[in-house]
Amino acid sequence: YHQKICLHCDKVNRKSSHICHNGGIYKRPFKESFEETPMLVAVLTYMGYGILTLFGYLRDFLREWKIEKCHNATEREEQKDFVPLYQDFENFYTRNLYMRIRDSWNRPICSVPGAKFDILERVSYDYNWTFKYTGRIVNDVINMGSYNYLGFAENSGVCADAAAEMTLKYGVGVCSTRREIGNLDKHEELEKLVAKFLGVEASMAFGMGFATNSMNIPALVGKGCLILSDELNHASLVLGARLSGATIRVFKHNNMQSLEKLLKDAIVHGQPRTHRPWKKILILVEGIYSMEGSIVHLPDIIALKKKYKAYLYLDEAHSIGALGPTGRGVVEYFGLDPRDVDIMMGTFTKSFGAAGGYIGGTKELVDYLRTHSHSAVYATSMSPPVVEQIITSMKCIMGEDGTTLGQERVQQLAENTRYFRRKLQEMGFIIYGNDDSPVVPMMLYMPAKIGAFGREMLKRNIGVVVVGFPATPIIESRARFCVSAAHTKEMLDTALNVINEVGDLLQLKYSRHRLVPLLDRPFDETTYEENED
Amino acid sequence: MDVKRFKEYISWLYYQYLLVTCSYVLEPWEQSIFNTVLLTVVAMVVYTAYVFIPIHIRLALEFFSSLCGGQHESTVAIMS
Repeated sequence: YHQKICLHCDKVNRKSSHICHNGGIYKRPFKESFEETPMLVAVLTYMGYGILTLFGYLRDFLREWKIEKCHNATEREEQKDFVPLYQDFENFYTRNLYMRIRDSWNRPICSVPGAKFDILERVSYDYNWTFKYTGRIVNDVINMGSYNYLGFAENSGVCADAAAEMTLKYGVGVCSTRREIGNLDKHEELEKLVAKFLGVEASMAFGMGFATNSMNIPALVGKGCLILSDELNHASLVLGARLSGATIRVFKHNNMQSLEKLLKDAIVHGQPRTHRPWKKILILVEGIYSMEGSIVHLPDIIALKKKYKAYLYLDEAHSIGALGPTGRGVVEYFGLDPRDVDIMMGTFTKSFGAAGGYIGGTKELVDYLRTHSHSAVYATSMSPPVVEQIITSMKCIMGEDGTTLGQERVQQLAENTRYFRRKLQEMGFIIYGNDDSPVVPMMLYMPAKIGAFGREMLKRNIGVVVVGFPATPIIESRARFCVSAAHTKEMLDTALNVINEVGDLLQLKYSRHRLVPLLDRPFDETTYEENED
Repeated sequence: MDVKRFKEYISWLYYQYLLVTCSYVLEPWEQSIFNTVLLTVVAMVVYTAYVFIPIHIRLALEFFSSLCGGQHESTVAIMS
């Protein structure tokens, strides 16, 4: 059993799912579950990986002795005595395991990735080393993989018309950086709008979400500073932290005891050898973690940050627009003050249907970043139609275009999320994460089921994203569904029926907790567990 | 109809075997090698069980019966 101790309630909860009720800092029940891997499934998964490793060694041996033709990259003859390039586990894994099921990834899409899309069909005659297109297009595949949370990825409607008009007025390329001649009046308008949307003093927008993290963290911290980052942070945060040159310490995922221990050690002992105090302590967390579907314990972190005088960098890539009663993100979801978070970062790629990232905070912070950020000084600024898409969609969400379309979409997303998660849990799949997060990871575990699930779902006209090692731990491979406001209830029902069918076919219903089907009773505050064993 | 359902059930069981042992992702010649090795091992286990288990059970029963039976005889001797 997995014991979790709440900081704010004194209950030790013995199950692996956890509900917090506290009138103090958590204003609403915070329910998340990470069910443990069943022992038999773990053993069988390791056995499966063992068999594939043995066959991988056999194939490598055949390739080495030229009995079999080698399709992948190897060193040249002259370089055979140098340090080997392709001998590590990652390359072994790619050659022998990833290649066998590679047809579930990089599928070419030939329409807008809205609620439904079209895929080019492809076939492989040499076991996924090369692909050929048959020329057929698979139409109207239900999209359960795109980060299209509010349904703004569309090629018709107000946003698309506004973007088209902007292309006719400004063109598409900007041909300069923000500091030189690439600062359009549209960029200034966007930044004021983003600051208003988030409730902060000022904000700054960048052309690429990944570059926002990796280029701005080095501008904010340097040598002599301490970064405390979550175990499961995104690659852009990890890259930014490493590029900055600060000392990095990692705390367990969403675990406030681990974070508090690290903070105490940092304040008491200071820097490693000289014991001088740290110049700055920066806590890096994300709003929603996309591989787990978990929401950060933001009230706890803000309480810790105030107690130990650290700074907080919140990456709301997946949670902006998707959480909160009016879509303002994880800060509004918990009912907190945006001024408590020092640096609010987010991306426009997910809920706004555009591209790029932003950083919001006090005016001094944003003015400092305008001159010192690598992305602002050297990278080309955002393209005008993209800027217009963001402005129009943000105005729609805020309700400033005079309609209630944005508010309806936010509510539709919340309903879809709860419905989808509830149904999947009732069917008996293991689902990770918080009940309110629109990212739904469903566990598959065994390597053969990763490839089988992707293919079977595509045969039945549903497009899903399956994830394995190295993005997840090696036995915890999963299928990740992203619920969207553009999905109607019929689409979700179709998808759920298909998932049920494929789950029975592949025996994916591992969960040992059976959820009681929801009767029409109000959720009363005294129920702590709705699960039955 | 029953024969058809039975055959479908057997093919579903074979599909589960392919998924659990990851033979689903292997090429056909690799699947043949794996199946051959597995069947050989299973055949050897069955043969060993057939040859040795009856003898081992008989020896074990004799050992335990000599223990308990020997005890009864000695207590009877003391009583009488």
